[in-house]
Amino acid sequence: MRNNDRLSVRLTLEDGTVYRGWSFGAPVAAAGEVVFNTAMTGYPESLTDPSYRGQILCLTYPLVGNYGAPGKSEQDDLYMFYESSGVHISALIVSDYSFEFSHWNAIESLDEWLRRSNVPGIFGIDTRALTKRIREKGAMLGKVEPEGMTTDFYDPNKVNLVAEVSTSARKVYGNGKYRILLVDCGVKFNIIRNLLKRDTTIIRVPWDYDYSVEEYDGLFLTNGPGDPKMCRAAIDNIRKSLDDDRPIFGICLGNQLMALAAGADTYKLRYGHRSHNQPVQMVGTDRAYITSQNHGFAVNNNTLPAGWVPLFVNVNDNTNEGMKHVSRPFFSTQFHPEASGGPTDTDFLFDLFIENIERAGGSRH
Amino acid sequence: MKDDIKKVLLLGSGALKIGEAGEFDYSGSQALKALREEGIYTVLINPNIATVQTSEKIADKIYFLPVTPKFVERVIEREKPDGILLSFGGQTALNCGTALFRTGVFEKFAVRVLGTPVEAIMNTEDRELFVKKLDEISVKTPRSVAVTSVEDALSAAGQLGFPIIIRAAYTLGGQGSGFCSNTDELRTMAARAFSYSDQILVEESLKGWKEVEYEVVRDRFDNCITVCNMENFDPLGIHTGESIVVAPSQTLTNSEYHKLRELSIKIIRHIGIIGECNVQYALDPGSEDYRVIEVNARLSRSSALASKATGYPLAFVAAKLALGYGLHQLKNSVTRSTTACFEPALDYIVCKIPRWDLNKFQGVAHEIGSSMKSVGEIMAIGRTFEEAIQKGLRMIGLGMHGFVSNRNLSFNDIEKELSQPTDMRIFSIAEALEKGFDVDRIWELTRIDRWFLYKLQNISHIKKELEKYDSMESLPDRELLHAKINGFSDFQIARHVLKSENRAINEAMLSVRRHRRSRGIVPYVKQIDTLAAEYPAMTNYLYLTYSGMEHDIWYENDKRSVIVLGSGAYRIGSSVEFDWCSVNAINTIRKEGLRGVMINYNPETVSTDYDMCDRLYFDELSFERVMDIIDLETPRGVILAMGGQIPNNLAMRLHRQGVPILGTPPESIDRAEDRHKFSSMCDALDIDQPRWKELRSFEEINKFIEDIGFPVLIRPSYVLSGAAMNVVSNSTELVHFLELAASVSKEHPVVVSEFIEYAKEIEIDAVASGGDIVAYAISEHVEYAGVHSGDATIVFPPQKIYFETVRRIKRITREIARELNISGPFNIQFLARENDIKVIECNLRASRSMPFVSKVLKTNLIELATRVMLGVQWEKPHKSVFDLDYVGVKASQFSFSRLAKADPVLGVDMASTGEVGCIGDSFHEALLKAMYSVGYRMPVKAVLISSGPAKSKADLLEAVRLLEKRGYKIFATRGTQQFLSNAGIAAKVAHWPDEAASPNTVELIKLRVVDLVINIPKDLSATELSNDYQIRRSAVDYNIPLITNARLASAFINAFCSVPESEMEIKAWDEY
Repeated sequence: MRNNDRLSVRLTLEDGTVYRGWSFGAPVAAAGEVVFNTAMTGYPESLTDPSYRGQILCLTYPLVGNYGAPGKSEQDDLYMFYESSGVHISALIVSDYSFEFSHWNAIESLDEWLRRSNVPGIFGIDTRALTKRIREKGAMLGKVEPEGMTTDFYDPNKVNLVAEVSTSARKVYGNGKYRILLVDCGVKFNIIRNLLKRDTTIIRVPWDYDYSVEEYDGLFLTNGPGDPKMCRAAIDNIRKSLDDDRPIFGICLGNQLMALAAGADTYKLRYGHRSHNQPVQMVGTDRAYITSQNHGFAVNNNTLPAGWVPLFVNVNDNTNEGMKHVSRPFFSTQFHPEASGGPTDTDFLFDLFIENIERAGGSRH
Repeated sequence: MKDDIKKVLLLGSGALKIGEAGEFDYSGSQALKALREEGIYTVLINPNIATVQTSEKIADKIYFLPVTPKFVERVIEREKPDGILLSFGGQTALNCGTALFRTGVFEKFAVRVLGTPVEAIMNTEDRELFVKKLDEISVKTPRSVAVTSVEDALSAAGQLGFPIIIRAAYTLGGQGSGFCSNTDELRTMAARAFSYSDQILVEESLKGWKEVEYEVVRDRFDNCITVCNMENFDPLGIHTGESIVVAPSQTLTNSEYHKLRELSIKIIRHIGIIGECNVQYALDPGSEDYRVIEVNARLSRSSALASKATGYPLAFVAAKLALGYGLHQLKNSVTRSTTACFEPALDYIVCKIPRWDLNKFQGVAHEIGSSMKSVGEIMAIGRTFEEAIQKGLRMIGLGMHGFVSNRNLSFNDIEKELSQPTDMRIFSIAEALEKGFDVDRIWELTRIDRWFLYKLQNISHIKKELEKYDSMESLPDRELLHAKINGFSDFQIARHVLKSENRAINEAMLSVRRHRRSRGIVPYVKQIDTLAAEYPAMTNYLYLTYSGMEHDIWYENDKRSVIVLGSGAYRIGSSVEFDWCSVNAINTIRKEGLRGVMINYNPETVSTDYDMCDRLYFDELSFERVMDIIDLETPRGVILAMGGQIPNNLAMRLHRQGVPILGTPPESIDRAEDRHKFSSMCDALDIDQPRWKELRSFEEINKFIEDIGFPVLIRPSYVLSGAAMNVVSNSTELVHFLELAASVSKEHPVVVSEFIEYAKEIEIDAVASGGDIVAYAISEHVEYAGVHSGDATIVFPPQKIYFETVRRIKRITREIARELNISGPFNIQFLARENDIKVIECNLRASRSMPFVSKVLKTNLIELATRVMLGVQWEKPHKSVFDLDYVGVKASQFSFSRLAKADPVLGVDMASTGEVGCIGDSFHEALLKAMYSVGYRMPVKAVLISSGPAKSKADLLEAVRLLEKRGYKIFATRGTQQFLSNAGIAAKVAHWPDEAASPNTVELIKLRVVDLVINIPKDLSATELSNDYQIRRSAVDYNIPLITNARLASAFINAFCSVPESEMEIKAWDEY
């Protein structure tokens, strides 16, 4: 795009800081919570990750759009290159947008994709300065306003975002040996893909679905956006499952929901973990793993009730990265073993889940 | 594990050579630092005396000895280390370590190999074992079938599918190799290949695939990380050392990135590396298919680049892991609060660009391909690709102003230039865009990913946009900022907007600068913090960018900053020695409690290790960028004298801006640099120089030569191809040189100088304060003048010069120092015949030999010079040079084996890529240690001699007699054989390469009948008989030691005949 054809856009933070950049994507105004992600690749995965619902995403890697946007190719009833059915972020902030792209897998540019999704993008922002601001002041509300447009601030943490992104109806995937009941709080497709690879049938149900009537071998609690405490119905359902001996595996929001169900507490981190390079250590071992993360809330390790212990801790800031029950087959991680985007080092945890099911009696159906 | 390791031996990589350069000084220094931090006693073997690692306080014990099994074994026997580190000294250390392991030396002396086990290394080094190893874990390598007939080749092709590539086994320089896209082509090519070799390899062709590398780290607990990935700009087929490389990868999706990352971890685990390794992949540009091309089980050039690109100190961490630490037990040395067990997140792009010096070699092919020819590299950091690559193309130091805006580039056949890349490839893309080629057409010809080409096209577009304006006032701020964000320099803007040419452009550039500053368009300083600002970092590792609105650091403005300008890309004539000088200057500044600020952009150096200084600006050494930094730092002063010629060339321009330059006044630097000013000064001081004149036509040249006679030295100001300087001995050569290689005209004058034959060359390295000499070191060349001082073998202290010569040299030096009011380091080169002394060069800066003389003297002349320049207290060293009861010899390393077709002959222009400096109790011993360090071996069987002109025949006579006495068989070309026979020495005739008779010279070399070749060129010119060329080239290609200088040959023969290798003293530096 020619330099002088550009539309100017303003990003305003709730503390009054204003950044000016140029528009790409949809020329519309948007508001949400401004968060940053330090991953260097994987913008299609981030954009379609339901956990970003309500958020204005700032990518710290400055060159974005290089490999365009993948199409909606489908496999096993899932889009192959998306993590959900569409774009979830409220707006995208980058330093240098690449108008030209090159990849065998791309069907359109990021600009075109955002336009179709009615999501605005800004480029030409000092994303490092913005990131430092968020780091110092904590995650903040913000709004994106193209020249001549205005909007109000919007706090996504005050609404039940999970309800917005969860499936509306029960849906079954695959036809494998183990039946997995998946409580969808905003599931990333790669969780489903990872489970399907392991000989499973997945029953995906809405976040507040009373699954007590369902027949299953293992319970899976997915990732999802926002404050876990908003998900009362899910927490109540999970509490009942903790009296059961069928294996449970939770990821991200799933970790927080299980913690709340068990009686522990969660809190909001200053600016969250959103990156592909978070080191976690398996408690009591010398094993450390690089993980993909995307969360603004965390479980308070000090509030874990009797019978529960931390499974992983973050090597940088010692925050909770997962927990397990000392005697029963329940465990969860704050990070994303399914990756996409990010490193795949911990996908063995899906095997562990299946092993737990096998040990608990295997397939009973 | 750590507790019982008290003493560790580290092997260095020796002299810098193509493919093994300064990166190993950096890796080794980091490893030594990691060991010392643990209280471990460190022993280092490295003959490369100019390195930082071979300095006091870096290793406890330093041996300037060859990194060869025999010498290393003797050091092990003497030092009895508990452990040894093999992966920090490149291929040299790895090969030496593998050999010692095989012969049981480590076992014999109970030395533990720390880090990656030797067996694992061997699995990666042997191609067959490597493929087998990766097959075990179903990781794909390029499919290849060895065949012995055309029919078998056809069936192999059927199996692999076309296109395929065939390679003749056991041949040099890729003879008989090529691509075949169908059966007919294969039939023809295979038949031809079988004429070179009995076996050919039929391989699947991966032409056009992307090349991607990962740097992987593993600890003994099996924790793994990939610190960095990098993507080659060029597709597979061009050596990664020859390609522009970006980090992180730019065109890989998350899925591709992590697929290759996952494979890297699978591979490092299966091979069993403890420490660091590098995995190179080919990635299909049309799918996620891949092949593993190579695994390097050691620190490499790529790992040094990855360390600088990310701020993650790979070598330091690898050394700690070798001692038994886990990654999670180490701290991130940038943030100092987070763990080393993480993968850096970059928020910038780095671009590595190779630096070639092919014009320094006669006859070398300019095509780039699967073998490395570049001699150095740079790394540019930016927040757009355009910014990084334009910075980078300025940094390589070939006079380019960026991707566009360059003059004097012409390509006869642009399509050929694109499809058969040379060292000018990137500029041929600029030219193609200029000529209207579209991205698809350029992609078809180059197979460079379109994303890179689009970005380059963007630079071209901006240039065209700028050309629409003709004054700074008419150029909108938005356009100006856009150009700056995309890496345009003030110079480029001046050229395109103000249309300035030649001399006016410097003024125009200043006006661009003034204009943009007045409009508030300035670069911002950003930190490299490994975590993309996620955590606060105290890092001092910085770069400048126009994609920003605030600085990451604040400035004290307390006048305590002292800026040292580094030396830029390693190139022929400027390499690790200036890095040593820069690091020592920084150390001295910091010792004085001042803030040491470094500017440099060479990823292979120690000076760009952010641990070495208070602030590191990894950025350009251009006038514009240096001024940008000076504006921010408001320094107490700037030191130009340590980084070689690049900083020196900025002296007057910085001075005119009122920049406080420390040391020798800039006007004096100008008087020494400007040939005319320097000559008039010498005349005034009654100091003799070889006669010279700057001339603009053949008539003028001929007239001047009538006065001074042949031979003459010609220095053209405009070079078409080949060497920039040459000696010509007659008018035919003169015409040939000036018509083919250079030009002479009003615009392009040439400097013609009297060339004095058979003169000794003597150098003085000194430090002066306020015009008075404080310390000095005089050294002599083994070769007569005519061999560039950077290629010559240098002896310090001198062994064979008259006292009167020394007296005169000291007197002249004193006069020049006083006249130029020198404060700081300087170097003067002299010619001496009898006691007739002429000055041939004077540099008012640290010289190439500064680390060598400093270390032999055990007096750090750079520390002294820096103290003088800072104006702090210094002491005049007491000891006199002549008190030394040992000798240092500096020998040069040549990389001709890497440079296909290049004539390995020495001349007035420098050709060596590195050097060593060794110490001995006698000249013979020091010379042998040095020559063995640069790859010479003592012959055991026979010597082939072709002794050139009468004078060199005579020079060699006594040495040859000695060879005969020692029982060596002597082969000689006809003239030499006759000369020797007349002198009573029996030599067997070896026929010239173009003669059919046997024994033939080339045959003797190929069959390794001889194990030393002495070939003295007939005259000093470039036009060499093809016979002589073939002898020299064969010696290089078949790895038989070659000497082309009679004086050096004679010294070498005398030395090895008098001191057997086993009698050489094994003494550490501090024992002399």
